[in-house]
Amino acid sequence: MRILIALLLIVPGIGFAASSGIPLHDMEPDLDDKASLQRGAQTYMNYCMGCHSLKYQRYQRTADDLGIPHNLMMEYLVFDPEASIGALMDNTLSADKAKQWFGAVPPDLTLYTALRGGPEYFYTYMRTFYEDPTRPFGMNNLLYENVGMPHVLLGLQGLQRKGCMRIPALAANGGEMRDPLTGESITEEVCDHQEIISRGYNPLQLVEGTGELTPEEYDEVIYDLANFLYYTADPSRQERERIGVFVLLFLAFFYVFTQLLGREYTKEFH
Amino acid sequence: MSALQDSFKNVMDWVDARLPVTETYEKHMSKYYAPKNFNFWYLFGVLATVVLVNQLLTGIWLTMSYVPTGDGAFASIEYIMRDVEYGWMLRYMHSTGASAFFFVVYLHMFRGLAYGSYQKPRELIWILGMLIYIALMAEGFFGYLLPWGNMSYWAGQVIVSLAGAIPVVGDSLATWVRGDFNISGITLNRFFALHVVLIPLVLIVLVFLHILALHEVGSNNPDGIDIKKNLDADGKPVDGVPFHPHYTIGHDVPGIVLFLFFFCAVMFFWPDGGGYFIEHPNYEPANPLKTPELIAPVWYYTPFYSMLRAATFPLFGLDAKFWGLVVMAGAIALPIVLPWLDRSPVRSIRYKGLGSKLFLAVFIVAFFILGYLGTKHPTAERTLVAQICTAIYFGYFLLMPWYTKVEKTKPVPERVTMP
Amino acid sequence: MSENSVNTRRRNFLIGATSVVGAAGVAGVAVPFIGSWNPSAKALAAGAPIKVDVSKLAPGDILGPIPAWRDKPIFVVKRSDAQLGDLNSKNGRLADPDSTRPQQPEYAQNDTRSIKPDVLVLVGLCTHLGCSPQFKPVVQPEQFDQEWMGGFFCACHGSKFDLAGRVYSGVPAPANLEVPPHYYESDAVIVIGEDGGVA
Repeated sequence: MRILIALLLIVPGIGFAASSGIPLHDMEPDLDDKASLQRGAQTYMNYCMGCHSLKYQRYQRTADDLGIPHNLMMEYLVFDPEASIGALMDNTLSADKAKQWFGAVPPDLTLYTALRGGPEYFYTYMRTFYEDPTRPFGMNNLLYENVGMPHVLLGLQGLQRKGCMRIPALAANGGEMRDPLTGESITEEVCDHQEIISRGYNPLQLVEGTGELTPEEYDEVIYDLANFLYYTADPSRQERERIGVFVLLFLAFFYVFTQLLGREYTKEFH
Repeated sequence: MSALQDSFKNVMDWVDARLPVTETYEKHMSKYYAPKNFNFWYLFGVLATVVLVNQLLTGIWLTMSYVPTGDGAFASIEYIMRDVEYGWMLRYMHSTGASAFFFVVYLHMFRGLAYGSYQKPRELIWILGMLIYIALMAEGFFGYLLPWGNMSYWAGQVIVSLAGAIPVVGDSLATWVRGDFNISGITLNRFFALHVVLIPLVLIVLVFLHILALHEVGSNNPDGIDIKKNLDADGKPVDGVPFHPHYTIGHDVPGIVLFLFFFCAVMFFWPDGGGYFIEHPNYEPANPLKTPELIAPVWYYTPFYSMLRAATFPLFGLDAKFWGLVVMAGAIALPIVLPWLDRSPVRSIRYKGLGSKLFLAVFIVAFFILGYLGTKHPTAERTLVAQICTAIYFGYFLLMPWYTKVEKTKPVPERVTMP
Repeated sequence: MSENSVNTRRRNFLIGATSVVGAAGVAGVAVPFIGSWNPSAKALAAGAPIKVDVSKLAPGDILGPIPAWRDKPIFVVKRSDAQLGDLNSKNGRLADPDSTRPQQPEYAQNDTRSIKPDVLVLVGLCTHLGCSPQFKPVVQPEQFDQEWMGGFFCACHGSKFDLAGRVYSGVPAPANLEVPPHYYESDAVIVIGEDGGVA
């Protein structure tokens, strides 16, 4: 009984993310960009598959949909020696060990973008890791507070730090305050990252030289990864929409005939 | 007659001597006279039948690949979506069909409310219809557990634990329904049997009786006029037309095709309904240790879910949880006795007084608001609104004997008015 | 009201046209129902070709453990020179010595029913009612055949096959043992389950 009431009184979070409520970054997936999907698949297999399985998807389906010949798929993207091209994309991570190491079992990601209502959550998540010495792996995440996952792509992105920022203060009318004599912004130190974000600034700062990739390159890697996961969540999406167009056209065409025929049998009574 | 027509007649004579096919066809189709003033609202009965056939066919086909165990169910859905040829289409036809079923049935019921189709001599048609609605709610509930996603699990948990609200026998009852101490694979397996075999059979029988009862007394119409009162020289109602081919080919076939257009538009381009037809938490497997942020039932149950949550205080020593169950069950059961609550001398809303029109309008608005609130987290303000709307819902029915009696009705015409 | 004949003709045309378009629609709806019965990706993956390594197979031996392809046992036998010599010595006792019945791919329609003379690949199911025959390579009188020249014996109903899988006359089995599609990926590895193009 108490559990029921407790369940029904959980703090709302509709439209925002899991526990921290930062707005999600925009990400427009593009399933026609096969190159992007291929790069995403490659990043996934190299960095993610060890812990996160894609166990509802088969290698062959991925290869065929992404335009990768089977032999190249097996050579460059399949690291499981037991797997054949028709196998499910599973890994061998033991749930018990994972619990020990990370505190939680890394979830399967085949349907992740559907679970989160779109690829934006994942895209934002992968871009908002920051240094936090209080955490076991030294990293925390703006979107998913106290996440158990280490920042696997730290080497690619580089280290981000969260701290206080000097940003323009706000006047009573909500505009940025300026010195009436010099015209320069009057700044203040803001430390709450929600406040920084709501003012339109990025609360995370990248430490120069710590990442292999530039921020733009890293964003592209994450875009490709999110795009790939958008694909795996619903591989028949494109086929479905293609068939849908034909079905609707057919029904519209058929409707004309049934309307004309129908009138034949109703006009005598109207 | 041509040779082909002769052979056909011979064959039919042979069959009819052994099974009354032609007689039945004439009684229910070609010589069944329906009022000629049916409008758009009269399509939803046949559309409901179309959706029923869709659910039966796609459901049977899904059963060919689905695995009804706690370990295998979720993966079998993905198997259907990815590995089975056109499996994704069968799955989406079924899930879109479930929402379409309730959409069509609610509009069908609204027609009944508006035109007084439940009044004498059609009380039994209405009661059978209400039983179909309740069976449909059960069917949807059992079916929703089957994907064994996280929302499936928790929705099941919440609803079955409602049984626990009943004093004395509640907890035993909940355990008995579950077959286990918590929702588990055992519950899943039995809900599968109920969803695939028992309730479909019940539905088919009820729909058959529903249509039979309808044909026994004849259809109502938007004016609520009894067309059998005005017969021509041949004994046929002057305001009636043969159901076939006037309504079957003339109205129903185009109507069905139009409906299929919208159905397919949703199914092919928006199958998850933005999270309302397939809820997002269901994209991960059932997890007894992880409750979704917001447990909301699928949209078609949300009005009643709102009413359940609107009961927030205990009474007479019984929990609010129990009263919530009473309110919800009462809201679903109360419409059954509608034929005896309506004391109006006229059938159709067109000729009823201001009271009926006002109450019906407010009832519909309250029902929508309750539905919307059921998709959201409860807050103090939302709960208050839900309580008011619940009162309106019950008021529509419980005050009906009064407002239908005292209001001033309009004179009902002798002949039907064409749409 | 227009003339009756025009009405009827228009009506009949519309009935016909609508029925034809409707029938096309019904055929379209049938596609997913019928298509879903085809082997799924899971079945296709499980039924995919297998690879066997014959480099360690000694003359006179059968590859063990018996590999399976599409749930069918596959017999891979390396025949010795002596066995190959004896192979066509008693063709009179065989029902289909020239393998005219299509129980094998083109490249196995020869004296040895194989690609390479020494290695035989067969589906290990008796062509009578599907039992798996026993490998009886030794040339010696047997209870089921006093003049046994080596081959396969099916204990279920007594069918006999020679060391090329060809069926003897006078036994219940009507045809030679099936040779599955296969090809040599290399000298040591045979892929069983598909043809390799030009052998």
